[in-house]
Amino acid sequence: MRRALAPALLSAALVAAWQLAASSGALASVLGLERFLVPSPAEIGSALWRDRGLLGENAWVTLRAVVLGFACAFATGVGAAVAMHLSGLVRRSAYPLMIASQTVPIIVVAPILVLWFGFGLLPKVVVVALVCFFPIAVATLNGLRSVDPEAIKLMRSLDASRAQIFTRLEAKAALPQLFTGTKIAIVYAPVGAVFGEWVGAGAGLGHQILVDNAQLAVPRLFAAVLVLSAMALALFGLVALVERRVVTWR
Amino acid sequence: MTADSPEAALTAAAAPAPGPGPSGVAIALRGVSHSYGSVPTLDRLELEVRAGETVGLVGPSGCGKSTLLELVCGLREPLAGTVAVDGRADAAGRLARCAYMPQRDLLFPWYSALDNAALALRNRGLARAEARRRAAAHFERFGIAGFEDARPDALSGGMRQRVAFLRTLVAGKPVIALDEPFAALDAITRAEMQEWLAAALRAEPRTVVLVTHDVEEALYLSDRVAVLSARPARIVAELRPPAPRAPDRAAAVTDPELLRLRERALRELREASR
Repeated sequence: MRRALAPALLSAALVAAWQLAASSGALASVLGLERFLVPSPAEIGSALWRDRGLLGENAWVTLRAVVLGFACAFATGVGAAVAMHLSGLVRRSAYPLMIASQTVPIIVVAPILVLWFGFGLLPKVVVVALVCFFPIAVATLNGLRSVDPEAIKLMRSLDASRAQIFTRLEAKAALPQLFTGTKIAIVYAPVGAVFGEWVGAGAGLGHQILVDNAQLAVPRLFAAVLVLSAMALALFGLVALVERRVVTWR
Repeated sequence: MTADSPEAALTAAAAPAPGPGPSGVAIALRGVSHSYGSVPTLDRLELEVRAGETVGLVGPSGCGKSTLLELVCGLREPLAGTVAVDGRADAAGRLARCAYMPQRDLLFPWYSALDNAALALRNRGLARAEARRRAAAHFERFGIAGFEDARPDALSGGMRQRVAFLRTLVAGKPVIALDEPFAALDAITRAEMQEWLAAALRAEPRTVVLVTHDVEEALYLSDRVAVLSARPARIVAELRPPAPRAPDRAAAVTDPELLRLRERALRELREASR
C-alpha cells in the first residue's frame, strides 16, 4: 500500500496540472490549437462514462484478439523454445530464421494479413501472435540454455533421465525468464491488436480511435486510449500474479 | 528394503553394485590422459582406490582435479587409458556406481531441503511421498532436523552443505566423489563440517574420492593423499596420514606426524606448480 502511494500522488498531481492547464485554455494556446482539440481529464472522464457502452463493446472485440493471439504465441513460443533447446539441429536451423523474421516490420505485414484473411478477427489474432511470439520464444530459450552445466552433471549423477533433467531442472530454472518474456509480450499485445485494426476493421478500440480521429471526437479518442492502457495494465498484472504463484522461490 | 533404520536405508538403496572385485579395488585409473582442446590436463595417470577407502587429491588450481572426478563418475570419457569402477569401465556403469557432489551445493531453489535430499530416489522412480519418507529418516542424524520444509535460501552455508551431502548419500552409490565440498564455507564452519563428515563416514563407510585445495582437510579426512602436479597432472607424491577421520579433529590436525606430512605436501605443491 505504501509503495503505491508515491506513484499515486505523482499521477494525481499530473492529472490536476493537466486539468488546470486544459480547462483554463492555457494548454491549447501554448500548443496553438483550438480548445476542443485539447480535452481536460474531466472531459475525457465524462466521455468515458457517456460512451461506456460503445467503448466496452469495442474493448471486448480488441480483448478477444489480444487473448487469442497471446495464447497462440505463448503455446508456439514456448513450444519452439523447447524444440530448439532439445534439438541442436532445430536450433541451428530455426534460430537465425526466427531472428530474421523479426526484422520484417509488422507495419508491412499487417496489410498483407488483411488481404489474405479479410476484415474479421483472424488477421488481428495473427498480428498479436506475431508481436508476442518473439519475446516469449527468445526469453524461454535463453532461460533453458542458461542452466548451470554443473547442475546437469549433478542430475545425471543422481540417475536422472533426460526427461527428468528437463522437468525437474531445466524447465523450472527457465520459468523466471519465461515470465519476463511473457510480461513483455502481454504489454505489446494490445498495441498489436490496435495495429491490426487500423489496417482494416469494422470494430475494436483501434477502429474506434481511427473513427474518433476523423470525426474530431477528441475526448472519446483519449478515453479509448485510456481503456487500451487499462487493458494492458490489467493483463500485465494478471501475468505478474500468475508468476508470483508459480515462481515461489524468488 | 526397509527404511526404518537410517543406515539400512542408505545402503539398501544402493544401486546395481556387485561390489568391488576380489582384489578390493573399487576405482582403478590406468594410463589416463585427458585434454581440453590442445591443453593436456591429465597425463598417463595411475590411481587405485580400495573399497571403503577415502583418497584425497590435492594439487595446484586448474591442474585437472575436477576433470579427474568427472572421469571417475562417468560424466566424461578419457582420451586415453581406462577408468574402471568396480570393474566397470563404461561411462554408464561408472555413472550407476558413483555419486558426484559438485563444488557448490547446487540445491534447487524450487525444492525444499527434503525434496532436494530425496532427488535421487525420485529420479529412480519412487513416489514422492515414499522418497521423502526415506530421505527424512536421515535429517536427525545429519543435524538438520526441523528444516525439512525450509527452502535452500533459508539455510546457512553449513546446513546447505549437509543437505547436499545427504542428497549425495541418499543416492545409495558405493562411491562418492566430492569436489571441494567445503571450499565456500568460512574457516570455523569448514572445521565443523570436516569433523561432521568424518563422523558420517565413520558411521557409514564409503569409497570416497575427495578433491580439495586444503592440504589439512585432505590429511584429516583421507586414508591416503595424492599430490598432483600442475597441468598436465601426474601424481608426484602419496602420503599416508596418521589418524584418518579421528573423532578429535583438533588433536588430529596438530599431530606432529600430520604437520610433517603437511609441510611435505606444501613443498611438493610449490615445486609442482613451478
